[in-house]
Amino acid sequence: MFRTRPDARPATVEVLVEGTPVLVPEGASAAVAVLLAGLSAIREMPVTGSPRGPLCLMGVCFDCLAEIDGVPNRQACMVPVAPGMRIARQRGAREARP
Amino acid sequence: MTDFDVAIIGAGPAGMAAAVEARSRGLSVLVVDENAAPGGQVFRAAEAAAQDPAVGPAIAPGLPLVAAFRGSGATYRPATTLWHLDADEGALSLAAHGRAEDVTASRVILATGAQERPVPIPGWTLPGVMTAGAAQILLKTAGVVPSGAVVLAGQGPLVWLLAVQLARAGVASLVLETRTTSLAAALARAGGGVWAGRRLLAKGLALMAGARRRGVRVVTGIRGPRAEGEGRVQRVAWEGGSAPCDTLLLHEGVIPSTHVSRAIGLEHEWDATQACWRPVADAFGGSSHPRIAVAGDGAGIGGWEAAVAAGRLAALDAARRLGALAEDAFAARTATLLAVRAAALSPRGFLDALYAPPAAVLAPADDVIACRCEEVTAGAVRRAARLGATGPNQLKAYLRCGMGPCQGRLCAPTVAALIAEARGLAPGEVAPLRPRAPYKPVTVGMLAGGAETLQQGGK
Ligand code: FES
Repeated sequence: MFRTRPDARPATVEVLVEGTPVLVPEGASAAVAVLLAGLSAIREMPVTGSPRGPLCLMGVCFDCLAEIDGVPNRQACMVPVAPGMRIARQRGAREARP
Repeated sequence: MTDFDVAIIGAGPAGMAAAVEARSRGLSVLVVDENAAPGGQVFRAAEAAAQDPAVGPAIAPGLPLVAAFRGSGATYRPATTLWHLDADEGALSLAAHGRAEDVTASRVILATGAQERPVPIPGWTLPGVMTAGAAQILLKTAGVVPSGAVVLAGQGPLVWLLAVQLARAGVASLVLETRTTSLAAALARAGGGVWAGRRLLAKGLALMAGARRRGVRVVTGIRGPRAEGEGRVQRVAWEGGSAPCDTLLLHEGVIPSTHVSRAIGLEHEWDATQACWRPVADAFGGSSHPRIAVAGDGAGIGGWEAAVAAGRLAALDAARRLGALAEDAFAARTATLLAVRAAALSPRGFLDALYAPPAAVLAPADDVIACRCEEVTAGAVRRAARLGATGPNQLKAYLRCGMGPCQGRLCAPTVAALIAEARGLAPGEVAPLRPRAPYKPVTVGMLAGGAETLQQGGK
């Protein structure tokens, strides 16, 4: 439910959202890439499993926690996209990995 | 010997102006900012967005400041998080690109800016519900707009600015204005500030007219907005109406971001007009801690022009305290800036009165989620308060509010207001949440890496 405006800001950076390639403008965050991929939710809550999408996009709400390039629990709205970045949604609580 | 004379947290209007002023007094300056480019919220991604006709006009006034900041010679650390500040030692713990680092500064200026006031309404956790500020960030950082049915619900200058910007970008939104204070009542309450602020007020009225002219539909005086839908927002409803909705953008004004100022234990005061806490500060931003100054919206909402003046005042005060500026020169320089700031602040009383948040936004109904991270309802908070939770710090033990990933950034104002209401106290009588370091999550690996470089004698 979001679209780019190519005349103002062309989508030139290719990232992978849940494994699917998406073109996004330079300067966009990983959270914006998820929205442009057509997904409304980024995470499922650890408490009830309800879906959540980004609320603030400015680092306040933490509703955008995602796994980025293999690192879980990152604030997707605070991470600018880079070519080839892998962005995956997060379900439930993270487990500590050895 | 410290690494820097002045460390500034935040590269928004106040932080950039402080950096430029401090550099012009010959001080060494470090600027730490979480974002990738300078500008703060109001001038976010200013350089990249300047040519975009949707947001360009609003961003243009910030470009000279961004350019002056870039050329100031300050050490600028973008995409960098301050995760701990030892005020007594002047030691800052930073994290960037997966690495931790410690630096020291003789004086620290917190220019952490504002965040949007939480707008807890029924259904606000549904995907597709965002803040108006988030929509502006989409526009400024990436030129992205919501498609489908777009609804703005709330009040304040940003609602109208965003409606115009979206319209310029080809998105005709529906504005549901929650304002219940009449112009006449706001004028009566504000008293004398109106004439001095007429430029800003004229701008506001022009925005509203511009929005309507561009096809923005407006319903005024709505009550009880709620988001509805299965798995995502599909409809917005209010008392006596409803509309289809794919993206709901909420806004009830902004409040100071006090996460860091709280965590380091600065004294704060309750601002009854703006219904928020702010750090106690003197005319030059000097806080209750001898090393720390606060400047800009993080010290009380005043808008970017007041923030620029405040940043420069805090920098001049730093120069004076560090012996780089004589008392008489300080007095001469600051006199003008104090007047500039007073003029910039003069319309605030009127704006604050006009856009006072509804009681149901400050303390929502029992079935509304107050704490999004731990999914705790307002009713649960009220019950815990009646059982004996005297404030947000005690409530953590009852319900975990403030212990989720946001560390209370979003829920703290709501939780405090609910406790105050349940215990029959004034909002300023409930001791607010005291956040702890790390202010943002850092990995154990990052900390271990930082410790290693320190052991090797590195910085
Ligand atoms: S969307 Fe709020 S922290 Fe990322």
